[in-house]
Amino acid sequence: MTRRAVARTLVYLSLIGATLVVLLPLGVVVLTSLKTENETASGSGALTLPDDPLNFDNYVTAFRDGGMLTAFGNTAFILLVSVGGTVLIGSMTAYAIDRFTFRLRKLVIALFLVAALVPGVTTQVATFQIVHSLGMFDTRWAPIALYMGTDIVSIYIFLQFVRSIPISLDEAARLDGANAFTIYRKIIFPLLKPAIATVVIVKGIAVYNDFYIPFLYMPSQDLGVISTSLFRFKGPYAAHWETISAGAVLVILPTLIVFLALQKYIYNGFMRGATR
Amino acid sequence: MTHAGTHTPARDTGKAGIRTVAPAPGRADPPPAPRRARTWRLLTPWLFLLAPLTLLITFTYAPIANMVAYSFTDWDGVSPELHYTGAENYAEIFTREDLFQVFWVSGYYLAASVIQIVAALYFATILSFSIRFRNFFKGVLFFPSLVNGVAIGFVFLYFFQDGGTLDTVLGLFGHHSDRAWLGTPASANVSLAGVSIWRYLGMNFVLFLGAIQSVPGELYEAAELDGAGRWHQFRYVILPGIKPVLTLTVILSVSGSLSAFEIPYIMTGGATGTETFVIQTVKLAFQFNKTGLASAAAVVLLLIILLVTWVQRRLVPDDRVDLV
Repeated sequence: MTRRAVARTLVYLSLIGATLVVLLPLGVVVLTSLKTENETASGSGALTLPDDPLNFDNYVTAFRDGGMLTAFGNTAFILLVSVGGTVLIGSMTAYAIDRFTFRLRKLVIALFLVAALVPGVTTQVATFQIVHSLGMFDTRWAPIALYMGTDIVSIYIFLQFVRSIPISLDEAARLDGANAFTIYRKIIFPLLKPAIATVVIVKGIAVYNDFYIPFLYMPSQDLGVISTSLFRFKGPYAAHWETISAGAVLVILPTLIVFLALQKYIYNGFMRGATR
Repeated sequence: MTHAGTHTPARDTGKAGIRTVAPAPGRADPPPAPRRARTWRLLTPWLFLLAPLTLLITFTYAPIANMVAYSFTDWDGVSPELHYTGAENYAEIFTREDLFQVFWVSGYYLAASVIQIVAALYFATILSFSIRFRNFFKGVLFFPSLVNGVAIGFVFLYFFQDGGTLDTVLGLFGHHSDRAWLGTPASANVSLAGVSIWRYLGMNFVLFLGAIQSVPGELYEAAELDGAGRWHQFRYVILPGIKPVLTLTVILSVSGSLSAFEIPYIMTGGATGTETFVIQTVKLAFQFNKTGLASAAAVVLLLIILLVTWVQRRLVPDDRVDLV
């Protein structure tokens, strides 16, 4: 073999190795979720195939006893409101900062910039007291307010796009008698569609997967989101790996479907979101 | 970042004909207007900023201010009474060994991020050249970063379990290990840091991939004409081209390592020496009601992260970090 062929083989081997490392833990969980209690207890090994590959009993147990329906409902509600709010707030902030000059504009920009440097996890001890004093503790409004209030990344994404919209469009509308709100609603907002798509994807996945905030702020049993409800499996099902696995697969599956359907947008969204 | 660059010029290439009609409102001197109209104009931007600024101050700046104030007290978070104790909490953090230990745990995650960045860089480079099944490999590497943290925690609890996935796989190769992977501090932390590599590699990989693709193609062609091999192309074309993203990743990794929480909390609950800074703070504040001490710990973490950010900005001035 030539040197080039060897290099090529090594490259493919490394890719196959990485694929195995990624897929093996996930695949085993899918296998386990299809096994019966006896099969997992007998210690036949993690890699053996289930006796009945169409045994969905564990999924029924996980879905019903794990309260997954409530969890998906709560997650959907929080997701819709906070992503919608983030889009509105982010686009309004970007519009105000880019299209107007006003006193204290520099200060406002600095406030948003500095806030981007403060990781949310560090301030939760004190944030908790504020959420509590506002009477939002243990309601779905606590995570919603926190998700909407601290998303600097989306403001930044919107800002990039507002800048790219020619000011002449604002001007033409203004000559036709439109005021600032009409311009925002009829011109700026519709033209922000690509940015909105990015923010919806990045924010949506972040909210769907978040554990920390619902865990701290919504301890009630009936206020579980998918993360916290799945986490509660740890107690009652501690030794029942087949049920826990089914729960994990139930939570991962929607992500996989969305990922396969929107692959291209998701890559772009994360590149834009994370690099700002 | 790369996208920011491509969008900015659009402003100047817009409908050039109309653009000359008038300067933007407020950007130049506005014509004299009746008083009411003028008040209205001054007020307009603030109406747009009302909700965002309220949220920002309530949920970011007010907590920071309160947190600094709490950190000098012995408050338990519930009782109406709190006493000013000076810098006592801070002294406790740096002198009590059991509290300080969490910093050493960050070391495991820090080491993991080095491996993670190198691996992500490698995969991003090879997958930016033409390779069969490229999109499949891209998807596989990226997918874990979209998966729910609790689900990942459970997947890997099973993975490291006695007789779980890892033991079975090792058994296939004839290596019958009989160890509890999460049983001793060192092996538990290595295992947890490994999970964090598994989870976050894809994110770094996609960032690098995007940055590499934004390097102009002519540069590769030129390099190839000059007889540069793959290594030289990487060293002299790709690496300089993605420097901003690389430094950003390094700083995100440092703050990520310091604030590791989800995976260790879900998998071990901080047992067997795997307690991280954030787990400790959450426990202090919400289990042991030591709000004062927890606040001091959080202030220390915040200061470290800000310091790292500041040092990084000084070392690699990034001209594109401007909101204006």
